[in-house]
Amino acid sequence: MLAMNYRGPYRVRAQQRPMPEIQHPEDAIVRVTRTCICGSDLHLYHGMVPDTRVGQTFGHEFVGIVEEVGPLVTNVKVGDHVLVPFNIACGKCNFCKQGLYGNCHESNPMATAVGGIFGYSHTAGGFDGGQAEYVRVPYANVGPTVIPADMDPDDAVMLTDVVPTGYQAAEMGGIKEGDTVVIFGAGPIGIMAARCAWFFGPSRVIVIDHIDYRLEFAKNYAKCEVYNFKSLEDPVVFLKKTTDWYGADVCIDCVGCEAEGNTLQTLTGRVGLLQAGAGTALQWAINSVKKGGIVSIVGVYGPPFNLIPIGNVLNKGITIRANQASVKRLLPRLIEHVQSGRLKPSELITHRIPLEEVADAYNIFSSKLDNCIKTVLIPSSK
Amino acid sequence: MENQITDYKSIPGWGMDADPDNEPTYPMKNYTGDDHNRINYERSVQQPVTVEILKSNERPTVSAVFGTSVPPSGLSGAIRRWAFKHSEDRYRHWLPLILADRINVYEGIIDDIKKGHFPNILAERGFKATLKHNPKKIIRQVITGVVAVMVIKSMFKSNK
Ligand SMILES: NC(=O)c1ccc[n+]([C@@H]2O[C@H](COP(=O)([O-])OP(=O)(O)OC[C@H]3O[C@@H](n4cnc5c(N)ncnc54)[C@H](O)[C@@H]3O)[C@@H](O)[C@H]2O)c1
Ligand SMILES: [Zn+2]
Ligand SMILES: [Zn+2]
Repeated sequence: MLAMNYRGPYRVRAQQRPMPEIQHPEDAIVRVTRTCICGSDLHLYHGMVPDTRVGQTFGHEFVGIVEEVGPLVTNVKVGDHVLVPFNIACGKCNFCKQGLYGNCHESNPMATAVGGIFGYSHTAGGFDGGQAEYVRVPYANVGPTVIPADMDPDDAVMLTDVVPTGYQAAEMGGIKEGDTVVIFGAGPIGIMAARCAWFFGPSRVIVIDHIDYRLEFAKNYAKCEVYNFKSLEDPVVFLKKTTDWYGADVCIDCVGCEAEGNTLQTLTGRVGLLQAGAGTALQWAINSVKKGGIVSIVGVYGPPFNLIPIGNVLNKGITIRANQASVKRLLPRLIEHVQSGRLKPSELITHRIPLEEVADAYNIFSSKLDNCIKTVLIPSSK
Repeated sequence: MENQITDYKSIPGWGMDADPDNEPTYPMKNYTGDDHNRINYERSVQQPVTVEILKSNERPTVSAVFGTSVPPSGLSGAIRRWAFKHSEDRYRHWLPLILADRINVYEGIIDDIKKGHFPNILAERGFKATLKHNPKKIIRQVITGVVAVMVIKSMFKSNK
């Protein structure tokens, strides 16, 4: 079967590899019909995540048809068209049982700080991902969810990560009616967080990025205010000023470890790798939120650590809330939002590219070419 | 563990001000109290270990399922094995892993060539997309390259 294959930083290709097999009685094999490239994949693609081994297949956002099930699988059957949450979760450990499906203790032997994620380095469990014609899906009784008959598969594939992550980013912000919410990052996650923030009743939603076409997209899709930080002398002062010199009620980091905008952070984090990427967006979030405010983090940072102004977190009494999105927990509510037409996540998809051209697809998304927001890869066996 | 106090409930005021609703992780977490049962939950059956799995030393056993994508091998594999002797808290866990990742890239190229396939690195970097959507970048890179070569050449000449 054809699958994406990682060869090193900035180098990927599509190549043949053996079909995945059932390795555990709760496994299923899924024939992928659509799969996305995510901002998280860029951290792998850029060589930022330790233990990313040459030869792995990436891809944690996919939908497809169940081809084969292990003897203990009862919740899905061969032929079902399913969407598969990006977290691999057992449903039985004390973390899963409390709804923390992004923190499962039984899906990743290689690190205790992160649960298993499809196609996301060996630090997240060493699973091959869904940017392939077929993929092994462990714990098939827990994650895979049958796509409702009236749902567009393009919307469904966005429910595997982008929508739940954007929604949880807003949810963790503890947004109250009338709040001002600032979102750093106008990638798919930031755009979705801005759109979902409105579900919680704020009076202002502000998105910050430095790429104009993305800000324009965010403004139209999420009906929010947008600002290009390159045209602001100091984003923190700007945000103080625009909140009557008070600070935002909630700041959300939808950028993660490849942030731009601060030379010291960039040099130590992205060039020298002395810290796990650049913490610029998080630094801005902490410094622009009000005292006693909430900072919500969904932007991904790798191990081992980052330079962030923790003293200000203390002195300002800030609450930090962060996690990998718990996709399964949020799906019932989000499926409702999509089915009712309130949310149309497929509108974020700007590119549809055959799996064969995966190298070009990664380059387009990574280099922000051709006004790319979100790319879907289509395996030809579909 | 030998220092653990077992009769903590007899400490004056123990638990008096506990507020179960003060759960800052809610709604992400639906607190059940099971955290105190630690890893004693009903576990799925164990996936058989058929390839070498490097396990974090912060857990007692491998998880019930795991990926078998690329088992460690070669020099990078040896470095990874060493890295996994150290906890996720240590630089000496993560930095060697990044070193191994970089070495692994060369192992990948050698492996390709051994299989009779010389990797088309330009294609793997998505050159076609750059050519189509950002040809200026290529022109810039070519000019920078030519200028660099000329500067180096002239430095060699003036050294003679
Ligand atoms: N927690 C989760 O469950 C989860 C899930 C999916 C993605 N993520 C993470 O969310 C982040 C965003 O994902 P994405 O797909 O939108 O990625 P993306 O790369 O498309 O978007 C990131 C955006 O941030 C912008 N940016 C860079 N520096 C900035 C700064 N200092 N301030 C404001 N904006 C800045 C970039 O220009 C870009 O538009 C990534 O780190 C990704 O790994 C987390
Ligand atoms: Zn993703
Ligand atoms: Zn679990």
